[in-house]
Amino acid sequence: MAREKETTLYIGPQHPGITGNMMVKVKVQGDTITNASVHVGYLHRAFEKLIERRNWLQSFTILCRFCVPEPDPMELTYARAVEEIEGREVPERAKYIRTMVMEMARLQSFMLWYGGQSGSSGLYTLGQWSVGDRNYLLDLFEDLTGGRIYHMYIWPGGVRRDLPKGFKDKALKTMDYIEKRLDEYDKLLFDNVIFQKRAQGVGIIPSDKAIEWGVVGAPLRGCGIKADVRIDEPYEAYDKADFIVPTFEGGDIWARAQVRRIEARQSISIIRQMLDKMPEGEVYNKVPNPMKWKIPAGEAWAKTESVRGEVGFYVVSDGSEYPRRVHVKGAAYTNGVTVTEKILVGQNIADVSFILNSMGVCPPEIER
Amino acid sequence: MSFFDLKGLLQPLGAVKQLGKNPHTIKFDDLNRDAADRYRGLHYNDLVACIGCGNCSTICQNAAIDMIQLENIEGKQGDSGLRPRVDNGRCCWCALCVEVCPTGSLSLTKDYIFVSEKSSDFLWIPGIDNPKAEENNRLSFVSTTSGSLSDYVRVPMKEMDSKERILTFDEVVLGYTEEEARKEAARCISCGLCTEVCPDHMHIPEYINAIAKANDDDALKIIYDNNPLPEMCGKVCTRRCEEVCALTHRGVENDPNDKGAVAIRWLKRYATETAPTIELMKEIINHEVAEPNGKKISIIGAGPSGLTAGYYLALKGYDVTIYEAKAKGGGMVMYGIPKYRLPESSLDKQIGYMQAMGVKINFNTEVGKDIMFDEIYDNSDAIFVGIGFQKAWTLGIEGEEAKGSIAAVEYLDIINRGDNYDVGKKVAVIGGGNVAIDGARVSRRYGAEVTILYRRRVEDMPADWEEIEAAEHEGVHIAIQTIPTRVIKDENNKVIGIEYLKAEMVSDADGGRPRPVAIEGSETILECDTIIGAIGQEADYSWLPTSYQDKIKVDRGRMLTNKARQTDDPKVFAGGDAVNRTADAISAIADGFIAVKSIHEFLSK
Repeated sequence: MAREKETTLYIGPQHPGITGNMMVKVKVQGDTITNASVHVGYLHRAFEKLIERRNWLQSFTILCRFCVPEPDPMELTYARAVEEIEGREVPERAKYIRTMVMEMARLQSFMLWYGGQSGSSGLYTLGQWSVGDRNYLLDLFEDLTGGRIYHMYIWPGGVRRDLPKGFKDKALKTMDYIEKRLDEYDKLLFDNVIFQKRAQGVGIIPSDKAIEWGVVGAPLRGCGIKADVRIDEPYEAYDKADFIVPTFEGGDIWARAQVRRIEARQSISIIRQMLDKMPEGEVYNKVPNPMKWKIPAGEAWAKTESVRGEVGFYVVSDGSEYPRRVHVKGAAYTNGVTVTEKILVGQNIADVSFILNSMGVCPPEIER
Repeated sequence: MSFFDLKGLLQPLGAVKQLGKNPHTIKFDDLNRDAADRYRGLHYNDLVACIGCGNCSTICQNAAIDMIQLENIEGKQGDSGLRPRVDNGRCCWCALCVEVCPTGSLSLTKDYIFVSEKSSDFLWIPGIDNPKAEENNRLSFVSTTSGSLSDYVRVPMKEMDSKERILTFDEVVLGYTEEEARKEAARCISCGLCTEVCPDHMHIPEYINAIAKANDDDALKIIYDNNPLPEMCGKVCTRRCEEVCALTHRGVENDPNDKGAVAIRWLKRYATETAPTIELMKEIINHEVAEPNGKKISIIGAGPSGLTAGYYLALKGYDVTIYEAKAKGGGMVMYGIPKYRLPESSLDKQIGYMQAMGVKINFNTEVGKDIMFDEIYDNSDAIFVGIGFQKAWTLGIEGEEAKGSIAAVEYLDIINRGDNYDVGKKVAVIGGGNVAIDGARVSRRYGAEVTILYRRRVEDMPADWEEIEAAEHEGVHIAIQTIPTRVIKDENNKVIGIEYLKAEMVSDADGGRPRPVAIEGSETILECDTIIGAIGQEADYSWLPTSYQDKIKVDRGRMLTNKARQTDDPKVFAGGDAVNRTADAISAIADGFIAVKSIHEFLSK
């Protein structure tokens, strides 16, 4: 067999695989990828530097810009880091609301993922459905926070506002609706033989390498490794919630999709539990005048579990009104760059965006 | 799983059953659906409630808000006259501006659709570009006092217990600790409305910022920029600054007295307390004294205005001599304010510092008696007159010349000199100003039963609310709506009581404040041993030779000067109570400071 000539292909920066701009430069022989390198930098806005120039409260408005599909973990992680340095207590009710918001964020992000994952395999109907249904969740966010996409709701000391009137009923109704719809999604996606064929055995992360490569989130649990910040180091009210963290063997797209399928249902369950168990009381432990609010010198590392995996914030205070350093370790960093580069090798060109989607890549989070 | 898995092929076909159904967009008409009740849409501003403090502009991390002058909005006390303009192209709808608005005038609305081809159209003046938002019930993300990020509750000031303090002349107010001062200073939003209203335009936000940043030395240095008697002001200033503090608009809900205003006076006091000795003051303030320029300035009166003019002129290298009739400097602040409010040692320290910086003060030298005005006039390049109001007004009622009837300033003067005055068992004080309260509280310290007779209501009293409150705590009785008519005396011409009429408040037809009108036949007699009149003072001009009076003019008790505090005689400047109508120490300091500039300009020509 004559050796085929190696060709270089540039996939991106605009392509259907992910939300945000990122380029994957692949070398192919025929249809098979022999080398892949990820090029980021299209969305670089120096977030970390911007935060240093804003006071402790002001920066919470740009945190949500780290990742458009799921902004809330960024707000929460930052708030938790600041609270840890300052030793600020968060009211119990706020912890439940935060947990609920986090799960709502995860759920709406899963809905978006349904659209992306199915769309990148050519199944466009499901995308229309899930993104349409996601709007009901965004309605809930709008009622709760005043914004549909950028919520800017969780801040150091608690949350900005208490639940509005009638929120619980509306939320429970929405959850019932979405739960019903998830079953219909399954018929279109997981029961679909085309998806099964495309997903199984593709984009495999070897389970013995997963930890070494720094894989986090659903891709890690798709390698059969049970790791989730929510149960490993429970934060907010997660220790009061009853839920399972699913794991699947295989490390392929199929396993990752299965993890997400279960987790979406778990999110609904946690939201219901939070609404049910939520205590009465204050939701915000007021910070001093934000213009002159100083945090004692110190440092903190806080982490939470986003849909993409573990999100970490390392915050350093020098005792002034401004953060000295805020370092963000987004879940997409390892999953989207180093791991993706490795697992793309040997795959088909047509599977690139399919694989990227299953890794939950969010470029702005990489380029913080 | 084979490719011909029948279930896997048929299941997706279940989607077909959705075929006849309407899509979401038709089922739920998104365009006509109203936004949520707390939606963060376009801004609205209540232009009347807004005070133009600019806090929204400061917090905006996108620099989307700037403060602009509008045509029909004039600045006034406590209102900068500026209003926010939002660049909707920069705004990220975080609503931090709403959360920090101290008046709650700014809010976000449910409206969010705005289309234009011109980028300049996106510069909105909330409240003008959407004037009906409030009327039409479109306000959604609004600020509440409890949820607001501004802190409306003042750090309370510790005071000596009211039972203990009437036994002593020790200072009542105990001062902030470092921690309390930092906490209180951190409440300031640095809007600067206070600076505008302070007669001396002290750099209030700057020194409060310095205190908040634990930079007390800087704070003291900034304070000494234009006030050489800050410790005095820190204790007894009439603090109009606190009246206009942006935080008072909502702080009043928590405390109708201090209204939650930043305790500017106490913070200044704190800053001055960090330098307890003259040496330390010199080191921290670090003012340079210019080389002597050989010009001689004479100042009449070592009151606040005279001392201020003297200190800053001395810094500029002038040879300054102050002539003071009394044994100590400070003028009315020294002899008119009781020691439990302003200890003598505090004034001594501040004046001692000025003397150490080169201000010469000739005490016990009364102009017109010990030294003639002509002599001063001929020997000086410029003269500053700060004589103050020393002579008390008489009550103008029958029998007030009786023994036991005394003017408050005279009474306080005697006490402050260190002498005693026997007030007897019962004292009646007439008047409602700070001097009346001082007279009453001092009398309480002599163990007397004290009643204040005041024509109007308590809320009309011109005295400081803290003074009124303190007097009440100390057991002073305030008889409101009372008009004294006659002093009752015994055969030895000694006061034994005072007769007064009760008054009712009649609202003023011209819209002025209600007037007290005596009720006929309501004569009441209050037994007392001493009557202290505190209804006002005036200046004494007996020192001024008639030959000068065509140029140094006095009209209705006040010296006439131009804005630069210069009289018609270009060599003579004047300030303080004898010139301005506000009659408080900070206005006197302001006069002195203005005069420094004018004198320097006059002599540099």
